[in-house]
Amino acid sequence: MAAPALGLSVRSTLAVLERGLTLYRRLWRASLFGSFVLPVLFLISIGIGVGGHIGQVGGVSYLAWIVPGVMASTAFQMAVGECTYPILGDFKWTRGFHAMRATPVEVGDMVCGHLLYILIRVQIAVVVFLGVTALFGTLHSPWALVTPLVCGLVALAAAAPTMAFAASIDHDSYFALLFRFVMIPATLFSGVFFPVDRLPGLVRPLAYLSPLWHGVELNRAATLGAAPPWPVAAHLGYLLAFTAAGLAWALHAFGRRLQD
Amino acid sequence: MVTTWIAARISPGRVGAVLGRNLGALRSGPAYWLVLVSGFFEPLLYLLSIGVGVGALVGELPVGGRSLDYATFVAPAMLAVSAMSGALAETTYNFFFKMKYMKTFEAVLATPVRPVEVALGELGWAMVRGSVYTALFLVVMVALGLTSPLGALAAFPATVLVGLAFGALGMAVSTLMRGWQDFDLMSTGQFALFLFSGTFSPVTDYPAALQVLVQLTPLYHAVELVRGPAIGEAGWGLLPHVLYLLVMMAAGLLFAARRLQRTLMV
Repeated sequence: MAAPALGLSVRSTLAVLERGLTLYRRLWRASLFGSFVLPVLFLISIGIGVGGHIGQVGGVSYLAWIVPGVMASTAFQMAVGECTYPILGDFKWTRGFHAMRATPVEVGDMVCGHLLYILIRVQIAVVVFLGVTALFGTLHSPWALVTPLVCGLVALAAAAPTMAFAASIDHDSYFALLFRFVMIPATLFSGVFFPVDRLPGLVRPLAYLSPLWHGVELNRAATLGAAPPWPVAAHLGYLLAFTAAGLAWALHAFGRRLQD
Repeated sequence: MVTTWIAARISPGRVGAVLGRNLGALRSGPAYWLVLVSGFFEPLLYLLSIGVGVGALVGELPVGGRSLDYATFVAPAMLAVSAMSGALAETTYNFFFKMKYMKTFEAVLATPVRPVEVALGELGWAMVRGSVYTALFLVVMVALGLTSPLGALAAFPATVLVGLAFGALGMAVSTLMRGWQDFDLMSTGQFALFLFSGTFSPVTDYPAALQVLVQLTPLYHAVELVRGPAIGEAGWGLLPHVLYLLVMMAAGLLFAARRLQRTLMV
């Protein structure tokens, strides 16, 4: 069989999005915890509990300092989570993508429809989270309103390559390696909990490679009303380039897998 | 009397066969050594990020009348969490999958192996896997100067008890699960324990009512039991924590074996 076309049509993409939202209607109660309750519990334990022993970081309370980081890492983790088992499952167990292939839906629609679905999920979670943190008095600038956009970009940058990875593997035990060697280190060492300039000089460039770091710094600049360490255009450019590369890889991986 | 009757009918050979099946099943997957060993990196990464990175912001922490370096305070808690999550990963997701989808236990029970032996074998396997992680983690703690070699030797059996107690609880909970969605609730509970069991900051920081609530939950006792020997403060005061975990283990095992008997031997 010839390689499936990479075409992209608005109607088919929206159909893939609709399928995601239909499935989500049956799961949203359970996901409420992951996307909203857990980050708030996290803020209370680390931000207030540990923060009580820290005092100020960069001129603000530790809680105000980690809020933008936790927000970006929530988007990051949510995006990775939605692109591991669900994607492999639709190739391997439920064969949802093979079913789509039998319709006018093409590879580009499948990838973009799923990314749109993730974007919607992330926006809801981030906007609610932003509202709660505003009550804690941790937002110091009206620029905080752009954080949902930054989180959306972080989610796309994380989701696209993860989708490609999930479409390229045969066994789900590789996800354990992805979580432990990529996702968790990226979360723990991207300036969410402590400034990256405290990392040893040799490791620091690795943090700069992580899209999460760029999202964290943009978010933090927005909620605290300060300038980020790199020019805003550089941070945004890196996130966009990362997303574009991930997208290209995902389209390629989906196309290959649907050839059989 | 009941326990001696049960014990008399348990064969170590059959328990070992259940354990051996798990090892064989793991080896049949790809990259199994990497998957097995990588479980150890998770608590290590948390230790480096929170213990060392955030610890540099915290400095010293007043705990029970003395001042502790923050990494020294957090490391034993990460160790206890690692013992808990190692045991739970094996006895919840994997156990449930084998019970409900793979029908592994139905196949096993078609042999002379009995439900209680399945429960013990599964728990034993979870302990083998979990103990590899905690032992490696203790070696790292000694290397980083976060505990003494003697403290590590004393903390190791404590981590085994923590694993046994949570492993038994995990199996008991798994027999009650209706589907994967219930696991979301479980992992939420697990994460809440992780955050509020005196892991990242002393429980004395919390309001009094919350302190009482925390002292009722299991991970608090696990953290206290592991932290005591690790920071060189072991004594009779640890006994209530030991008792709590022993009761949890016995109750979990009995409950799991009974449920297995009822759901599989009809």
